[in-house]
Order: sequence, then C-alpha cells, then structure tokens
Amino acid sequence: MNIGVLIEVFNAVNYFLNNQKIKVGLMRLVDRGIPLNDPLLAIKNLTTSFRIADDYYAAVDDVTLTIGKNEIVAIVGESGSGKSALAFSIMGLHTRARIEGHIYYKGQDIVPLPPSKQNKLRGKEIGMIFQDPLSALNPLMIIGAQIEEALLLHQPKLSKKERRLAVIELLTKVGIPRPEHTYGQFPHELSGGMRQRVVIAIAIANEPKLLIADEPTTALDVTIQLQILELIKKLKNESEAGILLITHDLGVVAEMADRVAVMYAGQIVEIADIYTLLSAAKHPYTRSLLHSIPTSKESQSRLHVIQGIVPSLQNLPRQGCRFRSRMPWIDPSAHEDNPTMHEIAPGHYVRCTCYKSFHFPDQKEVNDIHVLS
Amino acid sequence: MSFLEVKDLKVHFPSRGGILSKKIPPVRAVDGINLSIEEGQTYGLVGESGSGKTTTGRAIIGLNAITSGSVLFEGYDLAKGGRRSHLDVRRDIQMIFQDPYSSLNPKKRVLDIIAEPLRNFERLSPMEEKLRVQQLLEQVGMSPEMIYKYPHEFSGGQRQRIGIARAVALKPKLVIADEPVSALDVSVQAQVLNFMKDIQQEMKLTYLLISHDLGIIRHMCNHIGIMYKGRYVEQGTTADIFGNPQHIYTKRLITAIPNIDPLQRDKQHIYREAVREEYERAHDSYFDNEGFALPLKPITKTHLAALPERG
Amino acid sequence: MWRTVARRMVIMIPQIFLLSILVFLMAKAMPGDALTGLLDPSIDPASLEAQRERLGLNNPWQVQYWDWITKAFQGDFGQSFRFKMPVSDLIGQRMMNTIWLSIVTLILTYLIAIPLGITSGRYNDTWADRFITGYTYLGFAAPLFIFALLMLWIFGFHFGWFPTGGSVEPGMKPGTLEYVLSKFYHLLLPALSMALITTVTTVQLLRSEIIDTKQKDFIVTARAKGASESRVYNRHILRNSLLPIAAFFGYEITGLIGGTVFIESIYSYPGMGELFLSSISLRDFSVVTALVLLYGAASIIGALISDITLSAVDPRIRIK
Repeated sequence: MNIGVLIEVFNAVNYFLNNQKIKVGLMRLVDRGIPLNDPLLAIKNLTTSFRIADDYYAAVDDVTLTIGKNEIVAIVGESGSGKSALAFSIMGLHTRARIEGHIYYKGQDIVPLPPSKQNKLRGKEIGMIFQDPLSALNPLMIIGAQIEEALLLHQPKLSKKERRLAVIELLTKVGIPRPEHTYGQFPHELSGGMRQRVVIAIAIANEPKLLIADEPTTALDVTIQLQILELIKKLKNESEAGILLITHDLGVVAEMADRVAVMYAGQIVEIADIYTLLSAAKHPYTRSLLHSIPTSKESQSRLHVIQGIVPSLQNLPRQGCRFRSRMPWIDPSAHEDNPTMHEIAPGHYVRCTCYKSFHFPDQKEVNDIHVLS
Repeated sequence: MSFLEVKDLKVHFPSRGGILSKKIPPVRAVDGINLSIEEGQTYGLVGESGSGKTTTGRAIIGLNAITSGSVLFEGYDLAKGGRRSHLDVRRDIQMIFQDPYSSLNPKKRVLDIIAEPLRNFERLSPMEEKLRVQQLLEQVGMSPEMIYKYPHEFSGGQRQRIGIARAVALKPKLVIADEPVSALDVSVQAQVLNFMKDIQQEMKLTYLLISHDLGIIRHMCNHIGIMYKGRYVEQGTTADIFGNPQHIYTKRLITAIPNIDPLQRDKQHIYREAVREEYERAHDSYFDNEGFALPLKPITKTHLAALPERG
Repeated sequence: MWRTVARRMVIMIPQIFLLSILVFLMAKAMPGDALTGLLDPSIDPASLEAQRERLGLNNPWQVQYWDWITKAFQGDFGQSFRFKMPVSDLIGQRMMNTIWLSIVTLILTYLIAIPLGITSGRYNDTWADRFITGYTYLGFAAPLFIFALLMLWIFGFHFGWFPTGGSVEPGMKPGTLEYVLSKFYHLLLPALSMALITTVTTVQLLRSEIIDTKQKDFIVTARAKGASESRVYNRHILRNSLLPIAAFFGYEITGLIGGTVFIESIYSYPGMGELFLSSISLRDFSVVTALVLLYGAASIIGALISDITLSAVDPRIRIK
C-alpha cells in the first residue's frame, strides 16, 4: 500500500474519532440543560480603551460573548490579550477607561448605569474572585469583617449577630476547618489556599448569579489549585450560577470549562465548546497555543514556538488579521482585509479566513523566518 | 563518581531570637537531601512552595550556607572551606533565575549585564569582551546589535534569554535553573524551554531544573526528585515517577495536574477522590510524628521512595 | 505585645548609657572647662589650679563621669554658672514651655497635614494636588529659621498681631484664665511657623501612602463588593494610609527637638532650646550636657513610641 493512502486513512479515522468526541461532549452539555439562548450575560461589541498620551487604545476590541446560567465560560489568552480588562469591564472596575458597546445582564444594559446602580449589582448579582488572594484582602482587617462588609452592603437588614452567623456559615461552605477561629484572624495568618477560600467566600456572600474568576489559581500550588477548582465547581452546581473563568492555563480550561473563548490582542479569535476547542481548534493562534504546552502524550523533543512577540497596546495592528505577523510563512492573501467571526459549525466561531490555509511551519520555513528576523 | 553528588545536605535557618526570647528550634529548610546528576543530564527538583527546592539549589551554588553534608562537584567538595578557595569551581556552576524582570539590573546595558561574570573571572580587553558578548547574544538567538540596549526594551522571553546568556558566558558545566519559565507566557515558555535544550546539546550542559510545574519537569528531565518539607519523598527516572509513583504525596501531586482531555473529567474525578482518600487514610504511616517524610527505601535500581515499613 | 514593649525598653537602657558617655566626653573635648567662662582671666594660675583640684576637674575622666552620672540620676545636674542656680530647677521651668510649644506644634502639624494629604492623594494630578505639592516643595526648600524670621517680621512687627518675645505677658498671675490665654497667645506664632514647615513631610507621606493604597488589589476587592467610592475611601484607603503616619509620630517628636532650638531663639521664647543655644555660647557646660542628655533621651523615647505604635496598629508586625 502506498504511504500516502495510509496517511489519508489515518486522517479520516482521526477526523471521525474527533467528531465522535465532540458529539459525546455536546451531548453532555445538552444533558446538563445548558440553554443556548436567553443568556445570563450578553456582551455585545464591547470595546474598552485606555488613554495613553493623547490617544485611546482599545485593550478589549469589539468583543461579543454570552454566558448562560449554570455554565462555565473560559477566556483564554496570554498577558496583554485583554482578558482581564474584559473581566474588569463587566464588573465596572475600570476607573479610567472608555467603555463602548453593551453588556446585558438579565436583559438590562449595565454599561450606562450610574455608579450607585452599578454598586447594587457588584457583589450582589455579580461576584468576583481575584488572582492573588494575599493582596486581594485588606491586611489590616480581620477576615470576618471583610466578609461581613459584603453582607452589610447588600443585606443591611441583617442584625450584627445574623451577619456573624452568616459569615461562619460561608466560611464553612468554602471549606475552612475552624470558621469561628478564622473569623478573627488576619489575612497574613492564613495559608494561600485558605486565603483564596476567603476571597471566594466574599464573592459568593450574596449568592451572585454570575461569578467572574480572574486567574483564581495562578498564585497557588498544584494540589491547592485542584482543591480550589473543585470548590468553584461545587459552588456552581449548588447555586447554578454562570461563571466566567479567566485563565492562561489550558489545563485549567480543560478541567473546568463548558465553552471557551480564545483572546488574542484584544479580540476573540475563536469560540467553541470545550470538546471542539481541544480536539478540533481552527484558528492558527489556538492551534499554536495548544501545540506549545508540554503534554504527557508524546515526549516531543521540541515544543512549538509562536514566532515574534505579542504587540503592545500602542503597536497593535488595527487593520487586518492581528495574528498575521506571527505566521509569516502563510500567504498574506489567506487573510481577510477586515476579519470577522465566521460560524463554521453551530456554536463554533473563528475569526479571519486564514485558518483555512494554516499549517505549522516545516524546517525550511522556520529557517526562512530566522533569516528574515 | 557522579558529576554532581549531594550527600546528606542540610540547610537549617536559625529562628529569630534575641533578648528575653526563648530558644526556638531552627527551621529545617533542607533536611538530608541526597542526589547525584550525571554529566549532560537534566535533573528535576519538584515540590510545592516551602518544600525547600529553591534552598537546595541556592545551597549548591553557595548562596545559602550549608549546615552539614557535602556537595561534590567533579569530586571537589563545595561545602568545605571558604568561598575563596573554590573560586575556580564556582565559575563552572551558574544560575538562571525565575523572574527575568527583576533579575536584570535595569540601569545596565545588555553588554554590561552579560559581561559581568566575564569581568569577575577573566581579564579581557574591551574589544574582546564586546566580541564575546556579541557571540553569546547570537548563541541565544538575539541580534548582536542589541548590546547597547537596556532590559526594559525587551520582552519577557528575550530577557530570560539575556539571563541565560549571562549564565552561560563563562562556559559553565552545571546550570541551576530556578523556575526559569514560570513568569512567562505559555508560548514564550516553549521558546525558552526549546532553547535551553538546544544549548544543552551544544555546550554539553548539565541542568538542575527546579520547578513546581510537573508538565515542564516531565518534558525536560531525565531524573526527578520530589521534595516535601525539606526532605525527599521519592526519587527516580522520569518513567519511574510518572509511570509508577509509589509515595502517596507523589501520587497526589501527579493526579492534581490538570488533565487536558475534558472527556476524562468524571474518570479523573473518581481517581482523584481515591488518591485523596488514600492520602488521608495513610498519611500517618507515610510521615513521622512531626509530619516529615520517612527515610528513602530502594524500589528498583533507580527508584527510591519514602515508604513505611511493611509489616 | 507586652513582651515586645518590654524588650524594646530593655534595649533602651544601654542606648541611654552610651549616649550619656558620649555627651560627657564631648563636653570634655570642648575647649575650656567649667571654670573658663566663670572666672576673671587675670586670676592667678596657681589658685585656678587649686580651684580645679577642689572641684574634681583634674580627676581621670571615668571618675568625673561617674560623679556626674550618679548625681544626674538623682536629678542633680550641678549648678549653672550663668544663672547661679541648680540646673534641674532651671530646666524644669523651661521644659514646660517647650512641651507646650511642642504639643501645639504637633496639633497644628496634623491639622494641616491630614486634610492636605488626603486631598492631594485622593485627587492626585488635579490642580488642587499640584498646588499642595507645590507648597510642600516650598516647605522642603525654605530653611526653618528664615521662614520663622519672616513670619516674626510680618505678623509680629509689621502687623503687630502677635507678641514678638517671651512666653507670657509680664505681671500675669499663674493659674488665672488670662494667664493661660496669654501663654497660648505667645506660643501660637512660633508653633504655626514651625508647623507650616515641618508638616510638609507628613503631607507628602500621607499623599504617597494614599496614592499607593489606592492601587492596591484589596481596594478592587472592596469595589467588587459593591462599596461606594466614599466607603472605599473611608473604610479602606484612609485607614490603611494613616497607619504609617501614626508610626511616624515618634519621629515627629525627634524632629521637633531640632525645630524648637531655632524657633525659641528666634522668638526669644524661654524654653529649653533657647537656653541650649545661649548656654553653648556662654560655655555653661553643666546646662549643655544636661540638655543634650535630655534631648537624646527624648529621641530614643520617640523611636520607641514609633515602634510601639506601629506594632500596636499593624497586625502583621504585632508579635504575640
């Protein structure tokens, strides 16, 4: 048999298996009752710009995304991709940014709301978990007071005693072994994992319907990371809240997410359900990312390297495909002039047409790149 | 005789005391570590924060005082004598640091950063020095014209390569890399790891790679030591550790690595629960009264684990 | 907590002891001795030597030191050659004046610093902030004694709004309300002159603390809880920023010592500082050594107060 035929057969089998995986995966999503319409949060054409010198630069550029009830949507990207800026925009935490577009929470656009109305949402309807649990807690306040503050702001009718009881209950819920004792402790007296549990307790104090977790485990050890991820999952299952999980770690995404949005240079370049994304990603950036992590499957001697560097906010190409400069071996005509999102399968969106002609560089092309740079 | 042999290394830090305060037992950051590395190999030191992995690396290179034990480098004991006496050996061991943002002096040009070890150990004319630095920059895949730039003009990956150029400037034999990529983005991580492998072959380097990331350790290392509270819980080849972990702590660490296949979620969850239960159930027999690991016992020729007595 | 305080106090003893030796030796090293300024230069050298012998001025220094320090501990610092009265009585009178001046200065310092620092830190990079930082730069640049002279000339002599010397109107009866008011009236201008200059450090410190705290992650956490802007400021930013200010309080005392020496001389305010300068120029050594010792002890106690306040308010430093 000809070797080419073998490869064809292999590819076909592979394709079939992948599709099976996706089908199995989608079935599971449907089983879990995740609605595909009527989302909890709908972000439409959101652009968040920062002023540098005398110009505004968009850190989040025309992002459209939905999160449903009881759904975990992950946003993956490297530093500078705008993923945290997106999270802060939803929470309204940017103090000096220009925000354009719409963020519909339960059908209501929250972008134009005055600060007093936004304060009613923050911490009540939308909770947030932060990256570094040590710096996220006030070093001079006891744990109990920091959690109570969240209750005090949104449930002012609770008596002092009721608040204290509620805090103890919350601490128990997030798995803190001696809640009465921890109540009176200061943040520096707790371990990293315990601190992150406290941060989570603050975020869920008022039973929010939407939880934004910004790199919740990046600062933690791997065994603690696992515990925190399991805790977030458990809480989600109990409350049926929607979760927006911001992370750079594809492993965490694979463990947690139902759907994934990949961000590059301020834009979403690909959206798909988790099964599709990990087995049949289309956008060159997503594929490159997946290729650059060391995996257990094969002890490949070399990891894939994405050429070039992430452009800084001021140097972002505002025209054409933003990933173009990082795949110089691909014919420039493969890109759209004005890349848009294409729905290539139900729920699977890819930006730009360049995915159709993308391939990883062979040795000759790698050498050419090095000559160029 | 191995290339680097660490025998019963102990690094204890005295606890803070003073007038009117009681004597407190010292913190046993590293408490009896044995390891040996063959030339040209990569040895991975794994552990969570506070396990003593960084202190071990720093003790080998002489940045932390050794309380007891020996560090034999090509048969020469680094733990003995003053710093002066083994200056020549010191140049053969270099270090790559974790944070490329803070480990490079922002006020110095690339030329001065990379030339610093050269100036300490070799007498070169300014012309020779410049040439050497340019060669080194080329070797780490950067343009030789960059010698007059400052660190802030570079990206994280480039900075880490400058750090590596500085580490290899004296043609060392052993490089200790302490979390060399954990401050970098995934794609940049790949670049630096590939590059570390390339120069290892080119320059016949031996690596001691310290990391908390088991994925990277598996990708890079031939041998692995797993540390917990200053002691080894398990030691072996990469295949031993990942294929046949013996200690409950190792198992727990390995199962905690995120699984990239979302279809395995349920299976993985059940497996993790089983491992967690075993850990909790057997904790007391695997650790002594103070929570430290037991002495290592051989399992195969290459594989050791701190297992309890069977009986 | 109490252990830390006790430990710090124990450390203080050798500090004060060393200080006293230093003060004594420096006094000895100065040209001339206790008799030089006192006696007529035409006196017979032989009887001068006899006087020296009688006063113990020819003994080895450690013997003299021991004499001095044991007496000092009993509150006897010897006689002032100038005023012909015991040094302790002399200082006692003046000390109250200086303490009152210091307290009023401190109060004014914080009354100025806290609102200015908060405005400047909260609204940084606005015109108000630029104006306030401009003032602090002026304060750093202007020497205290020149500024004090200027204030004295403008408000004391030119407008005549404030008295230009002394600590109280002559002929007032101690204990009456008029007496107290007159005292306050006399120290207001010197205190204000000093506060306006010394406060700039505190303004700057508070400003940078607030700007620093504003960018902390836990402030974002507070906002994410839904706290209003004023609550974020009052509950989180201010509380955390005032902490270093509180810790700085002890050092503020040390700073006051230097300030009062100048201010009291300029305003001829009868306090310890004025006494100190005039005693130096007249070589009234027993007064000088006693004052230096007191000032040194005050600095050490100031540092102690700083450490204790910091450990009392900051749980991270608090030692159980």
